[in-house]
Amino acid sequence: MTRYAPLSLHVPEPEVRPGGTPDFSNVPIPKAGSVPRPEVDVDPREIRDLAFSIIRVLNREGEAVGPWAGTLTDEELLEGLRHMMTLRTFDARMLNAQRQGKTSFYMQHMGEEAVSCAFRKALQPGDMNFPTYRQAGLLIAGGYPMVDMMNQIFSNERDPLKGRQLPVLYSARDYGFFSISGNLTTQFVQAVGWAMASAIRNDTRIAVGWVGDGSTAESDFQAALVFASTYRAPVVLNIVNNQWAISTFQGIARGGSGTFAARGLGFGIPSLRVDGNDYLAVHSVGKWAIARARRNLGPTLVEYVTYRVGAHSTSDDPSAYRPKEESAAWPLGDPVLRLKAHLIRKGAWSEERHRQAEAEILDTVIAAQKEAESHGTLHAGGKPSVRDMFEGVYAEMPPHLRRQRQEAGV
Amino acid sequence: MPRRTMIEAIRDAMDVAMGQDERVVVFGEDVGYFGGVFRCTQGLQQKYGKTRCFDTPISELGIVGVAIGMAAYGLRPCIEVQFADYVYPAYDQIVSEAARIRYRSNGEFTCPIVIRMPTGGGIFGGQTHSQSPEALFTHVSGLKVVVPSNPADAKGLLIASIEDPDPVIFLEPKRLYNGPFDGHHERPVTSWAKHPLGEVADGHYAVPLGKAAVRREGSALTVLAYGTMVYVAEAAAEETGIDAEILDLRTLLPLDLDAIKESVSKTGRCVVVHEATLTSGFGAELAALVQRHCFYHLEAPVIRVTGWDTPYPHAQEWDYFPGPARVGRALVETMEA
Repeated sequence: MTRYAPLSLHVPEPEVRPGGTPDFSNVPIPKAGSVPRPEVDVDPREIRDLAFSIIRVLNREGEAVGPWAGTLTDEELLEGLRHMMTLRTFDARMLNAQRQGKTSFYMQHMGEEAVSCAFRKALQPGDMNFPTYRQAGLLIAGGYPMVDMMNQIFSNERDPLKGRQLPVLYSARDYGFFSISGNLTTQFVQAVGWAMASAIRNDTRIAVGWVGDGSTAESDFQAALVFASTYRAPVVLNIVNNQWAISTFQGIARGGSGTFAARGLGFGIPSLRVDGNDYLAVHSVGKWAIARARRNLGPTLVEYVTYRVGAHSTSDDPSAYRPKEESAAWPLGDPVLRLKAHLIRKGAWSEERHRQAEAEILDTVIAAQKEAESHGTLHAGGKPSVRDMFEGVYAEMPPHLRRQRQEAGV
Repeated sequence: MPRRTMIEAIRDAMDVAMGQDERVVVFGEDVGYFGGVFRCTQGLQQKYGKTRCFDTPISELGIVGVAIGMAAYGLRPCIEVQFADYVYPAYDQIVSEAARIRYRSNGEFTCPIVIRMPTGGGIFGGQTHSQSPEALFTHVSGLKVVVPSNPADAKGLLIASIEDPDPVIFLEPKRLYNGPFDGHHERPVTSWAKHPLGEVADGHYAVPLGKAAVRREGSALTVLAYGTMVYVAEAAAEETGIDAEILDLRTLLPLDLDAIKESVSKTGRCVVVHEATLTSGFGAELAALVQRHCFYHLEAPVIRVTGWDTPYPHAQEWDYFPGPARVGRALVETMEA
């Protein structure tokens, strides 16, 4: 006979399910401007607190406050606002296009626009992102042609990837955007390798790895941290914590305590948490981490605290696992509205100009969509050739593929 | 011509490749300072420095994952997985990433990496130091799969693999590292010093991928083999007196189908041998291709002599390993069919 009570398994649950009232009051949100900004060459051991706090610049009144403020001019902020608005409009149009059967699949960024848009502006030409499927802001803010994004989504005759890839799995080498894979977290460790290569070649370019909260549970995440730490690779390792991995709340991946950023501490990697809905904070922290990498000070792990407002994908219905009102209750608000309020408060923007910009952006996106659709959509119009299906498996087509291509009649 | 073991030939290949191309980097577990548990990278770190040849954490997916990132940057990593039995943690990186990056990015990114791994049994390696996982890679579009059987080929094939623009799985039969082995474990081991294919030229040369080699010309039947089984097949032919033509495939993917067709069309009979387990092994692909392309020349069913469909055992090593006696019986059976 054992003298212990029977064991029981702990399975974490989100606090609220559909039908419940969202409550984020237990999520500690530090005041904007309250987190110190260390020098980039700080000893990682001295800033362990940053892995448990949240760096924020914009306060409730829309003011930019504290030591992390001041990395962007008003013009740059207006450009950033436009990027986020463009991504949101792009998302809305593509979501609709999927509903209309013009493509099979789409994934939107609603609520997370600041993370990829702001981070992109801290990078330099030649740096390489290893993104997931939810960082199209890197392309929008990087000036990649929107029509080509749509051509890829429609798998049409102008699709840069020749119809081989699922929609939104873009590839844009010249824009510092590595080919997206459906396999989660694989790119996180590849980013470390790219950065190691840059260091081996005594280059000055740096790499950026991207991963979501759920995917930090993949073993590639751990491998990336080990290799980045061991070789002090010039890489920024970004975790976008949007609270949800499809239907699974972040507590399942994170475990019962700590933060995602805190994972870096065991590897001696400086690890920061940042308000992912604060364009200014994302840019400032990104700039800090990028400077560390560029100055050969090694990797930085950054957790962007945000919220996935939209469905996981066009194949998902979040009302089955979380309250509909949850995104509205999210304490870090909406990144577009927060930057807009900041710019209006500064006198650099107005409601009227915002409405005007919305209309202009919508026109631009519709024009791009019309152009893309003129090259075909998934089931109508121009398509990539069937021959393209056999090309590019290898640099040179081996005999067995030549035989199969002949058999396919192309 | 200088004589080299397979280990020395492999090391020489990397030395040559690193010497002529600064983009070639070599890394893996114990590969740097120590020179590898099989000595295949001995002296490379000393010669080329720590940033060209280095030790890694024990993480196969990490080793392959960072190599893929390096290749995307423009380097040409030639990396080592200590045993083929330990490649599985990296399988996702190999299958989902390395093999597909060129295709999925429409050539924007490529993956010119070589993943070297000691493979095969016959060394009392038990379950996790003896496996032959080649079929897990030949099933993957976008990979190339190479298995050398001698020092001269090992060097030329490895140089060709490093220079190849696509990812190559380079399986090194560790039983052949120090000398050829025909399955006669009761006899003393022989060294490469006495074998003609132990002559390995200095400097740069390449053995093209996708080309088989005829190791023994014959007219009675064709044996399709690679790695250690080439020597087992030679012993079986000698011991049975059957005039077998032995084809060393060298590259499994892409496969030299023309050489296979030519030989089987001539002999009319075919035996496939490999160490790997039978079911869904690479031999199934070979047998199917022979059936499809040589059907009207065949005078007997294609037989496969392979490892049994069990994990690789320890004590029963020589009842598992397809030795000359088992291969010989298949040759006789094929001739009598």
